[in-house]
Amino acid sequence: MILPVLLTAVMLAGALAAAVFREPVSAVIALGLVSLIAAVLFYLLQAPDVAMAEAAIGTGLTTAIFLIAIRRTEGGG
Amino acid sequence: MRKIALLVPLAVIAAGALAVLAEIPFGDRKGEVGEYYLREGRDQTGAVNIITSVVVGYRGFDTLGEVTILFTAAVGVGAVLKFAKKSGKDTGYRPSSLILRTGCRLLFPLIILVGAYIFLHGHLTPGGGFPGGAVMASAWLLVYLGCRERRISARAAGAVESASGAAFVLAGLAGLVGGGYFLANFLPCGVAGTLFSAGIIPVIYVLIGFKVGAELAGIIDNLLLESG
Repeated sequence: MILPVLLTAVMLAGALAAAVFREPVSAVIALGLVSLIAAVLFYLLQAPDVAMAEAAIGTGLTTAIFLIAIRRTEGGG
Repeated sequence: MRKIALLVPLAVIAAGALAVLAEIPFGDRKGEVGEYYLREGRDQTGAVNIITSVVVGYRGFDTLGEVTILFTAAVGVGAVLKFAKKSGKDTGYRPSSLILRTGCRLLFPLIILVGAYIFLHGHLTPGGGFPGGAVMASAWLLVYLGCRERRISARAAGAVESASGAAFVLAGLAGLVGGGYFLANFLPCGVAGTLFSAGIIPVIYVLIGFKVGAELAGIIDNLLLESG
């Protein structure tokens, strides 16, 4: 019972950090953390199907695509 | 002043969302249709994984729509990047070290294998076409990050993508002919729990896996290589 609560707290902190960070790259990494914890929570809530999709798409591909997009626009410097 | 003006609609939205969410009995089984799927899903579709029996069996047409949305998104990314400046050269590229390249070559087939496993066993174990395809695309992402001299052929990716999309629709039309309605499960269901079971469901999931994988890999290819 303690683990989901702890994970949710970290997830909320990550979401807040993603909104507050000025640096786009840091914000995207924080967003990836939110997705990763969401995947773990889905798994703990016995939804492995969703967890798998969230881990592959949310954490992996979305983060990568965001980072590439930042590098190719002004945000990457 | 503007910030305060923004807070008012935000508060209204939050209150509305809270009022709705408070009414939802989380964790309770209230819907009859859910009970029905759990009770009958396995016998009616032959898929042990109930989620797959809903996604591809009962709600197969919605899944076709979902695949179409993804296709539209991929086309949109391609179109936007085509109109962006195009130098043709892949700038910012530096050959990676031997360790990185060897690691990529070693991991690439294994990740592809995991992706293929996920969508081939979509009717038996958790997962299916969408996560399987995403895992396969992430293998291509690894190649693009680690050893970029190897790249997916954009034409091949497009061909795989359109062929599997068309095959999905053709499978649906075959159901119309063989079973009486679009995407009908006209193949024999076999013994539930074995690899060759659940009729048309694994076929469609394999097609979705290829389609999603080719689309996402194509997006990565577009983003990384079209211009610099």
